[in-house]
Amino acid sequence: MTSYVSATEAERREMLATIGVGSIEDLFAEIPSGLRLGRALALDAGLSEQEVYDELRALAARNVSAEDEVSFLGAGMYDHYVPALIDSIISRSEFLTPYTPYQPEISQGGLQAMFEYQTAISELTALPVSNASVYEGPSAVAAAGYVAKLENHRGRFVVSRGVHPHARETLATLAKGYGMEIEEVPLRDGVTQLPALDEGVSAVVLQQPNFLGVVEDIAPLAAGARAAGALTICSCDPIPLALLKPPGECGVDVAVGEGQTLGNRLDFGGPSFGFFAATEALLRRMPGRIAGETTDVEGRRGFVLTLQTREQHIRRERATSNICTSQALNALAGVIYLSWLGRRGLVELAELMLQRTAYAREQLAAVPGVELLVERPVVRELALRLDAPVERVIARCREQGINPGYPLGRDYPELADGLLVAITERRTRADIDRLVAVLGAAVATELETMAVRA
Amino acid sequence: MNRPGDDGLTIFERSRPGRRAFVAPALDVPERPLDELLPAELRRAEPPRLPEVAEPEIVRHYNRLSRRNFDLDTGFYPLGSCTMKYNPKLHERVAALPGHARLHPLQDPSGAQGALELMWKLQRSLGEIAGLPHVSLQPSAGSHGELAGVLLTRAYHEDRGDQRTKVLTPDTAHGTNPATVTMAGYEVVKIGTDARGNVDLDDLRNKATEDVACLMLTNPSTVGLFEEGIEEIERIVHGVGATLYYDGANLNAIMGICRPGDMGFDIVHFNLHKSFTQPHGGGGPGSGPIAVAERIEPYLPRPQVVVREARNGSGPHYDLDYDRPKSIGRLRGFQGNYGVFVRSYAYIRSLGAAGLREVSEVAVLNANYLLARLRREGVMEYLPSAYDRICMHEFVLSGAPMKRELQIKTLDLAKRLLDFGVHPPTVYFPLIVDEALLIEPTETETKETLDRFADIVAEILREAAEDPEVARNAPYTTPVRRLDEAQAARHPVVRQAL
Amino acid sequence: MAEASYPDDLLYHSEHDWARVDGDTATFGITWYAQEALGEVVFFEAPKVGATIEKDEPYTEVESVKAVSDVIAPLSGEIIEVNSALGDKPETINEDPYGEGWLVKVKLADPSQADSLLDAAAYQATLT
Repeated sequence: MTSYVSATEAERREMLATIGVGSIEDLFAEIPSGLRLGRALALDAGLSEQEVYDELRALAARNVSAEDEVSFLGAGMYDHYVPALIDSIISRSEFLTPYTPYQPEISQGGLQAMFEYQTAISELTALPVSNASVYEGPSAVAAAGYVAKLENHRGRFVVSRGVHPHARETLATLAKGYGMEIEEVPLRDGVTQLPALDEGVSAVVLQQPNFLGVVEDIAPLAAGARAAGALTICSCDPIPLALLKPPGECGVDVAVGEGQTLGNRLDFGGPSFGFFAATEALLRRMPGRIAGETTDVEGRRGFVLTLQTREQHIRRERATSNICTSQALNALAGVIYLSWLGRRGLVELAELMLQRTAYAREQLAAVPGVELLVERPVVRELALRLDAPVERVIARCREQGINPGYPLGRDYPELADGLLVAITERRTRADIDRLVAVLGAAVATELETMAVRA
Repeated sequence: MNRPGDDGLTIFERSRPGRRAFVAPALDVPERPLDELLPAELRRAEPPRLPEVAEPEIVRHYNRLSRRNFDLDTGFYPLGSCTMKYNPKLHERVAALPGHARLHPLQDPSGAQGALELMWKLQRSLGEIAGLPHVSLQPSAGSHGELAGVLLTRAYHEDRGDQRTKVLTPDTAHGTNPATVTMAGYEVVKIGTDARGNVDLDDLRNKATEDVACLMLTNPSTVGLFEEGIEEIERIVHGVGATLYYDGANLNAIMGICRPGDMGFDIVHFNLHKSFTQPHGGGGPGSGPIAVAERIEPYLPRPQVVVREARNGSGPHYDLDYDRPKSIGRLRGFQGNYGVFVRSYAYIRSLGAAGLREVSEVAVLNANYLLARLRREGVMEYLPSAYDRICMHEFVLSGAPMKRELQIKTLDLAKRLLDFGVHPPTVYFPLIVDEALLIEPTETETKETLDRFADIVAEILREAAEDPEVARNAPYTTPVRRLDEAQAARHPVVRQAL
Repeated sequence: MAEASYPDDLLYHSEHDWARVDGDTATFGITWYAQEALGEVVFFEAPKVGATIEKDEPYTEVESVKAVSDVIAPLSGEIIEVNSALGDKPETINEDPYGEGWLVKVKLADPSQADSLLDAAAYQATLT
């Protein structure tokens, strides 16, 4: 057992003498005896480092990761290749272990990295201001909702059903707290069509591409929102923004999204980061930390956390958010990744995914018992309709070492026969061909089984 | 000043057209025209202006940046309320195991048994430490856990048909507490602190009315003292049917000694990036799990990790339970910051019951020792302890006499500490102490580090007595000197112009 | 402004605001004490022309790097002019709180409310 403590018995005696008490027990004298635990915590005894390692490895071995199967699972997080330089940089003590940069003179590394990250996100979204990260995608949508409420004091969000189910649910949970209603709008033919909007609408919430992988035409939707005096919030998948018209050019007021695909691991869902970018007019309402450029007393360029009066440690009950710790290290991985891809690399990566997805789509649509759910442009993810029960088909595929994707019925009862298939640059043509073969066989076998039973 | 060779450029300023790092895998499918796949009106005209830099230069750039950072692996961080203790390196190794790191969050539970078992066991351990039976690991950070706690309180009262409008917080509360209250749709009511540093019980009795939903508290408090009236506080708050919420930021003082659940708290949040060694990362990631009493359990976020009895004798089966009709719903996507759970679980397994208790014992010992050393050094007449009691894991000094007698403020002392290679303590918090300095050494510091810190503070005060200008213009030896924060706030420049 | 000053020709509110009354209109601002306590002002939230403000209630905010402060209306009325120069140079509030650092001009709802305000001497007495 270790507790990483240095103080030896002799040192403890010395320290107690300096303090002027007889024992460590004396230091807890103010705790009423009735509240003392009076026994050891009911936890196993501490282990050696090697034993802990063995246990964690044994637990890892009972997980089927993207290392163990060819995975087409997406639906919000994706199995991208994380380059080695990211691990090497973010594992440096100077990035991994410091505190939040409230003392800017000794935190220029972290603050400049935030400034670079903010610049990269601003470029990606074509919106002028970005913060230094929020927790992740769905809670970024909820944070954007809070900003809309503070901005126009209206009572309702109009939310497309094309927005990720977790984002819609998180928005609903938080909206109940800060007192907003939610009106959900169904997809028609795979895309969002907004109803007439009245003055009660605070914001319209969209996703690009939407949960079915379909590319939405955001600009007319945002124009409709603006005409009604509502804000437009758009949750975006960052890599497709290399090719798609960015939210800032579509009239979107707040662009948020899940940053996991930018240099972060799957990690069973976290930690990753959420990005949050907005128009200039909303700068002082933004949640979270923001790094700003300035100069020091000797005229050197430097960076500081700025506009701190928005935040909880100053504005307290009137803060734009309660967020304190966010995801600085994960955002750092994000900006390193975007620098590694570079201006051309990001486009090449997105185009590779686009072409492979198009190929997968064509091949899958030709499989008996499989058809496309929507016939509209997609970038990296597509929705299929299966004639056979989806969960059973998935189970059969997984027996063959292929995870074919996410069963849409889990979140969309109206799409109970739907399967969402995600393509990343890690899924080769050979992988896709294998998916087609295995999925086809699984569907056929299931149909046969059903026919036999009938 | 920067190290030699550190030119201070941004990654964008290193960009040159045509440079690149990424090599795309070869296109192995038939290439179709872009217009066919994505109509032009949906497409972006110009790609984002990301940097064009080759890999060696990217590595050099970020390495140089890193060396402008002070960090915990290099030096002492006596930041009150932050618990900057050692981050064990084993944790990075186990978190990187592909079975954990490359596991998709939507993997079928049958393919995630290791992860779900880890989460279940972490839940059980945290529940035991808190003295409360039910735990959710979902919240992403401490303040996220606080929001969960207040939303749970709301759900609890609404389920009983009870409309309540207010939440009580002490005037020593961390800013996240009142910010959370407003986000959850309640009105903040402040409770005063008495001369001994305890919640003012009379003020509490007056303000604890039937329209109060909750009292948010931490114990020890943010002034580092055990709440002497905690049993009476529990009676008053539960007496009006309100919930009692525990902000776990100060848990490092009491692990294995006493438990918030036993004090009567209904809801507790943990900061895994404080007591449980998740590295701070310069501002995250963290994690803020919550533990709750039986009566709050139905409202816990969805999904919950559960264990089901073995089928066909194959051992316990772990699962995600979505069937929770009274749940407040989701607070975020997927299950929470699993990578953080792996590290915290490894920590708890390394320490065990005895190790966790030792953590709190030595944390409190180190804090009291440092306080005693500062008194011995003749520091106390300028930086008196704000309260005349045994402290717990942290203590607060007031720089008001120093400001009066030596003409340097707490801010100046903090900036001068930077020149000595020490991170300053937390400054100007809590708000009720004038020119506050909140100091938390943690249990992983050596006695000589604490001695050195006391010596440095004494040195800075001696220096200020001779010439206050030295501290007022500090720091001198850091990569940049004092920065114009007013300029940054007046005319914010939050991205590079390209 | 380096030296504390409280001009005699102004009326003062205990929440550290001043009023210069001129018939049925008035100009409002914050006192030397307020700007000193705040520190360097970095932002002034300009309220809208035409907005109604209530005596003793906050009508806007002023921010420094490390603090936010409500600005309290000394008298009730309708805002007829806002000092737009403060958008670019909010630090004018520190440099000249009673002159160029004025915040709003108001058409008074009830000029007799001015009777309840303090004169310079009475206001200064509240500061000790």
